[in-house]
Amino acid sequence: MVHAVNDVSFELRAGEFLGVVGESGSGKSVTMMSLLKLIPMPPGHIDAGVADFGEHDLLSIDAATLRSVRGGQIGFIFQDPMTSLNPVLTIGKQLTEPVMLHTGADRRAAKARVIELLDLVGIPDAEQRFKNYPHELSGGMRQRVMIAMALACEPKVIIADEPTTALDVTIQAQIIDLVKDLREKLNTAVIWITHDLGVVAGLADRVIVMYGGRIVEQSPVAELYARPAHPYTQGLLNSVPRIDQKGGSLTSIPGQPPSLLAEPVGCSFAPRCAYAFDRCLTETPVLSPVDLAGEHLSACFWDTAEGKERS
Amino acid sequence: MTETINAPLGAPNGESASSPILEVTNLKKYFPIVRGLVRRKVGDVRAVDGVSFQIQKGETLGLVGESGCGKSTTGRVILQLDRATEGSVKYEGEELVGKNAGQMRVLRPNMQMVFQDPHASLNPRMTVASIIEEPLIEHRFGNRAERLAWIEELLGLVGLSPTHANRYPHEFSGGQRQRIGIARAIALNPKFVVCDEPIAALDVSIQAQVVNLLERLQDELDLTYLFISHDLSMVRHLADRVAVMYLGRMVELAPVEALYESPQHPYTQALHSAVPVPNPIVEFGRERIILKGDIPSPSNPPSGCSFHTRCPVATPECAERVPEWREINPGHWVACHLA
Ligand SMILES: Nc1ncnc2c1ncn2[C@@H]1O[C@H](COP(=O)(O)OP(=O)(O)O)[C@@H](O)[C@H]1O
Ligand code: SF4
Ligand SMILES: [Mg+2]
Repeated sequence: MVHAVNDVSFELRAGEFLGVVGESGSGKSVTMMSLLKLIPMPPGHIDAGVADFGEHDLLSIDAATLRSVRGGQIGFIFQDPMTSLNPVLTIGKQLTEPVMLHTGADRRAAKARVIELLDLVGIPDAEQRFKNYPHELSGGMRQRVMIAMALACEPKVIIADEPTTALDVTIQAQIIDLVKDLREKLNTAVIWITHDLGVVAGLADRVIVMYGGRIVEQSPVAELYARPAHPYTQGLLNSVPRIDQKGGSLTSIPGQPPSLLAEPVGCSFAPRCAYAFDRCLTETPVLSPVDLAGEHLSACFWDTAEGKERS
Repeated sequence: MTETINAPLGAPNGESASSPILEVTNLKKYFPIVRGLVRRKVGDVRAVDGVSFQIQKGETLGLVGESGCGKSTTGRVILQLDRATEGSVKYEGEELVGKNAGQMRVLRPNMQMVFQDPHASLNPRMTVASIIEEPLIEHRFGNRAERLAWIEELLGLVGLSPTHANRYPHEFSGGQRQRIGIARAIALNPKFVVCDEPIAALDVSIQAQVVNLLERLQDELDLTYLFISHDLSMVRHLADRVAVMYLGRMVELAPVEALYESPQHPYTQALHSAVPVPNPIVEFGRERIILKGDIPSPSNPPSGCSFHTRCPVATPECAERVPEWREINPGHWVACHLA
């Protein structure tokens, strides 16, 4: 029994860029899968067929199942494009089919649309690349193809799971630049799942921080980095060095990430938390507002700013 | 043993700091590309293509660059785990290139390696104690009781407990496994340790733990590090000097502050600007240098300056002539026609 996603729910606003930050085992990817049933809020209108998806075993979803729910509402981008691209088909063919299905265009028109998409995602010589197989492209180019594929059906939401983690930093910068550019052109909402607090800082409107299968903090981006409320978020920000600053010593978070195999009792961060008190071990904190606007939420009993229990 | 552990740290800028523990000169490592049944050689992967640098006693030299640029190969060839194609590696003045296995074995306790993947580098069928004991036995360290006492001490030193000695690697988390790898690396009291991406496979919250451990051990055991990483932020945090590689060559080498505050090579500048900062306000105001295209293959590197195909300021000369490796400020080396 894996207790990965414990009552995770949140809303996604039209055209919003939502960053989801967490370490391995924090439940980020599983959350992505379960989003498919949690998403029927604006802007993602999910039809009944997709909602049924929630009955599948969320941890054993294969690429084919995902492809079938892609249906035009959600576009996916994964860390390793090779797991979603078919190695024996040209990228042109892989892109043309969904465009034909989605728009009802004939092959000629669909091909023109695909070349337009490849152009849009910054693939040079799109006409030529159309005929390439995935292995003939570099990692960065394959990720661009994935983005083109995600955009092919004009989805309302794109879910990107660690899309730049496997890429070198100069290639990551190219992809991030492209995504920023596309956001200005298209009004697609994006859920960007990552372990990198740096990547979402420059991209996201709002950020969700996950730990032990739960959302522990959720906030507009500027507020999260200026006034992190949850001890885990604070610890994470204190433990990463910055390239633009000469740092002092790093404050590490003691202990190990939680195992999702154990049914969590109390706050799952308690064993590693410097502020933990008796209540944290028995009661599970729920997300509650820490600002007046109600936009910044934290799941913690302790107010680290005031140095007292939150009321 | 304890004497060695409490050995005073050599002052980083004092006398001892000015003598190199390691001198690398024009080091090359080419891997042949072979084809066909007769395995005819059709070319070379120029993994390391003529690098020269020194490492001072007690310092941490950071080695950064993107995947495939030759960082790991440099580390392996220095330790003679791979044979150099050309060039020289001197450890405390003694030439290592050309030494046979037996001659290297004598020197081996002095120089060790910590690997990226703590899963792959620990034998799953051996207990922690036997993993750490292996190099001790090989180098005839004490009797069994002395070895076990030392292993217990080592476990404490890396933040594990003696009760961990009889467990197997799979019972540990990634961060703890890396601690075991570090315990094994320091078991023979090395002076020089190559850390090859030791935190790359670890969760963010665990990376700082392992880095803090490596820093503490450096102080306590008077270690010299070659710290290989693609994480430029972490290297800024822990290195004294930093070298940047691109396609098998070194493009810049400088004291850490100079390299981060006034990088001179266009590639270093681009690399810097590409690293995101976990602060939305800083990110908002940042100008990014976006490089064109992909990293070329080291089997067919571009002519002249191998960075010229992606360099935003390249001139026609750059495609023709290999830029010289020059010292533009004391201790600040750059290979660029325009620097
Ligand atoms: N044993 C080997 N045989 C052939 N090519 C190799 C071998 N080891 C490394 N290479 C090649 O040498 C280049 C440099 O690799 P490496 O030193 O591992 O780079 P880095 O550690 O910077 O990622 C790469 O192109 C890699 O494919
Ligand atoms: S030598 Fe030319 S191509 Fe190379 S980094 Fe300098 S300016 Fe750019
Ligand atoms: Mg490497």
